[in-house]
Amino acid sequence: MDDLLQEFIAETRETLEALSGEIVAWEAHPADRARLDAIFRFVHTVKGSCGFLDLPRLGRLSHAAEDVLAQVRDGKRAPDRALVNAVLAVVDRIGELVEAIESGTGLDDSGDELLVAALAEGAEEIAHAGPIVSRAPARSVRLNVDLLDRMMSGMSDMVLARNELARRLRQGEVDPAIEAALERLSLTVGEMRDTVTRTRMQKIDALFSALPRMVRDTAAGLGKSVMLQVEGSDVELDREMIEVMRDPLVHIIRNSIDHGIEAPAERRAGGKRENGRLSVSARQSGNQIIIEIADDGRGIDTERLIQKLVAQGRDEAKLRSLSNRAKLDLVFEPGLSSKDVVSEVSGRGVGMDVVRAAIEQIGGRVELDSNPGKGLRLAIHVPLTLSIISTIVVGVDGQRFAIPRQSIEEIVTERGDAIRVDTIGGSPVATVRERRMPLIHLADMLGLPATTARDEGGQMLAIVSVSEGSYALAVDTVLDNEELVIKPASPAVMSTGLYAGQTLPDSGLPMLLLDCAGMAKAASLDFSRDSQQLFEEEEEVEAAQGLPALLFRDLDGVRRAVPLAAVDRVEQVDAANVRFAAGRFRVTIDERILPLAAHGDLDGLERINVLRLKDGTNEVSYAIDEAADIVLLPEEIAPAREPGPIAGVVLVEGEQIELVDMLWIFDEHAEREVEDAPPLCLISGDNDGWMASFVKPLLEASGYRVALRLAPGETPAVVLSTEENQGAMGSPAPVVRLRKKRASGGSGDDSVYRYDRAGLLSALEARVSGKAGR
Amino acid sequence: MSHLYLIAQIAGRAVAIDSEQVESVVDIGEVTAVPRASQHVRGLAALRSRVVTVVDTQSALGMAGGSPARRAVITHVEGHHYAMLVDALDDVAPFDLLPLAHGVTLDPAWRGAGRGIVERDGEPILAIDLASLVPGHAGIN
Repeated sequence: MDDLLQEFIAETRETLEALSGEIVAWEAHPADRARLDAIFRFVHTVKGSCGFLDLPRLGRLSHAAEDVLAQVRDGKRAPDRALVNAVLAVVDRIGELVEAIESGTGLDDSGDELLVAALAEGAEEIAHAGPIVSRAPARSVRLNVDLLDRMMSGMSDMVLARNELARRLRQGEVDPAIEAALERLSLTVGEMRDTVTRTRMQKIDALFSALPRMVRDTAAGLGKSVMLQVEGSDVELDREMIEVMRDPLVHIIRNSIDHGIEAPAERRAGGKRENGRLSVSARQSGNQIIIEIADDGRGIDTERLIQKLVAQGRDEAKLRSLSNRAKLDLVFEPGLSSKDVVSEVSGRGVGMDVVRAAIEQIGGRVELDSNPGKGLRLAIHVPLTLSIISTIVVGVDGQRFAIPRQSIEEIVTERGDAIRVDTIGGSPVATVRERRMPLIHLADMLGLPATTARDEGGQMLAIVSVSEGSYALAVDTVLDNEELVIKPASPAVMSTGLYAGQTLPDSGLPMLLLDCAGMAKAASLDFSRDSQQLFEEEEEVEAAQGLPALLFRDLDGVRRAVPLAAVDRVEQVDAANVRFAAGRFRVTIDERILPLAAHGDLDGLERINVLRLKDGTNEVSYAIDEAADIVLLPEEIAPAREPGPIAGVVLVEGEQIELVDMLWIFDEHAEREVEDAPPLCLISGDNDGWMASFVKPLLEASGYRVALRLAPGETPAVVLSTEENQGAMGSPAPVVRLRKKRASGGSGDDSVYRYDRAGLLSALEARVSGKAGR
Repeated sequence: MSHLYLIAQIAGRAVAIDSEQVESVVDIGEVTAVPRASQHVRGLAALRSRVVTVVDTQSALGMAGGSPARRAVITHVEGHHYAMLVDALDDVAPFDLLPLAHGVTLDPAWRGAGRGIVERDGEPILAIDLASLVPGHAGIN
């Protein structure tokens, strides 16, 4: 985190310096929108960074300033002198705090509240004194990229000059002393080159390492739980690009968590796991780096976007006539926040428009793939202006080519065991350890003559994986493993679709980097069967949700099945933990008492296997003999003749299997949960205390809250009274009366005999739900 | 208005190249072939720390390529450097660009590249746009 903090300090300091002019200008012309935006962006950025750097004080200040500036931007407040001063005071304080963090000194925070208070409308003007800043010497410097570029190319020239020198020296007799000096020069030049290259390049991990913390904090702040998966951290990218990508990435991820991923309850209702999933990955593909951010949230609601834009005065018909893709792209319209509530997380105003602008500025683009209700996949394509890629250098027909290490699964020799090369219907096919895949001869692909190695079957096969599938690439030789600086090649070269870029290795002879996906395309490899299959499998899993069932042998020896979704786990308990108590079998598991359902005799067993069944809130255990298998249930179920523990019979692999009725099991065995707000039953006119002692427990067991007198402000859902107590209750609640005689008092008598439990309960229920009564 | 032009020989003919398009003139070393690329692309060559795409201008003009030329004019087109092979270099001098004589129709190969003429001691020389010879850019492919 230290690096991040350092970077934050350097960046904030730099922005502040650049901003000082803006601040003065804004002071002079508070209505100047461009200046306002610049200051707004600054506080917004600070706020964003504070979120994951855990700097609450800075966060509070910047959030407050951002709020006020947002109001000004929306025209809700006029930027009067007091406001300008207050904002500037906050900006200054941010500067002071940053310097304090840098130098490790504390700064009295008593003034913060005053500053925040001064932002409020109608607050008294505060005296705006300039910042008194004691700067610590900076430990990092920022350099112009041009300078680095010049350094890089100078370095490359130096390497080539060294190579040239070495070549020439070796042509004649060399004094060992000169050789040693050259050796030393080589070593230094090599190290130097690495260092210089590193000044320009950075692992994308620099961007990714802060994500887990940020995702966790952001999610926690919103009451969500998000699982983050990060891939491809070791992809190296131009430092400049990394810097530019930082804010957009943070914005996108926060948006994903804030707007995309739903609250746990909503996810549960939508049949998703409670934990949202977020994956961030980087990979190099062709001449691009692709950073992909995918979530399994609700996707983009284009309808909402359109409504918002219409509300802002856009032409609705025009918006509606847009293609789906164009509608999705509306998310990049300025001034759009797809959520109405302003939160600390996503804020407002600084939205996807800024994200896209930043990425386009470095020649990249953003692609959206929204699947409403299922998730959003956002891919940032960044051009590979300069990158170091770990490559494998292969040779074919005397020429060398580089292949990205990342796309090679393994390299095997054609002569190896368990490796076959055949021709099926005119197409070469390689079989590597039972795995069959298409084979591309690199020589054929490049139109080079076949060499003797191929005729003799002595080629090397590189197993290359591209996003759609894998194929084997046959080459003559595998030469080396080299880290290469890859630059984009000219359009004339790129248009072949076979190359991802060019590089200049130490040999001084340019080399091409092969584009593995491009070659698969050029060879017209058809992976659609594979992906079809994958797709179908996925479909099946999805469609089969709720259908997989656990097959088990029950205690009575019958094979039965229970929906897998209901099974929490299978556990073995000691028979001693099972008791017949209070009318049913109960088992003690994990220091809890669970109702135990059984279909057979529990006697004589020492250990009992139990299925722990859950329906979300209730838990019931079910004693079985043993679990057998997990099967997929057919759709057709022959229903049972009458309701009971068995829902019906299904055919599993030709065998009739009884399917346990989960509804019945839970209805029968689950502990009655006390409802959140049980209806209140008022017992009235209970002079002899009979109702309080006899009926009250029954009512409470049936889910009522019983009161003998009302607390102030309470209204009963129903009133239980006696026959004698005919007087008006002064309550609008329905009344159930109990009579002492078994016989009803006539047709107009709706009272209930006081020992008729079922009658009483049904009368109460009817009155509460308003179905009957007076 | 006079402009500095480089007079070179391409495909056996003298051509004038606007000096603004010329970054340098070099003799290129070993060329790495680019299989499957346009036949106008001779390959890649290293120019100090830079990799340039070597363009066979003769082929780009629609004539038989494969001239043994090693001398090249380095030009910069849309962010990439190209080495345009030339047979020989004659001269660098200021000239006035004149329109093609009325009614003159260039050979189709040259039509896309021709921009006008310059006159050297009474000899008309075709002024060409190097960028139009770069495969993958506007002009000939």
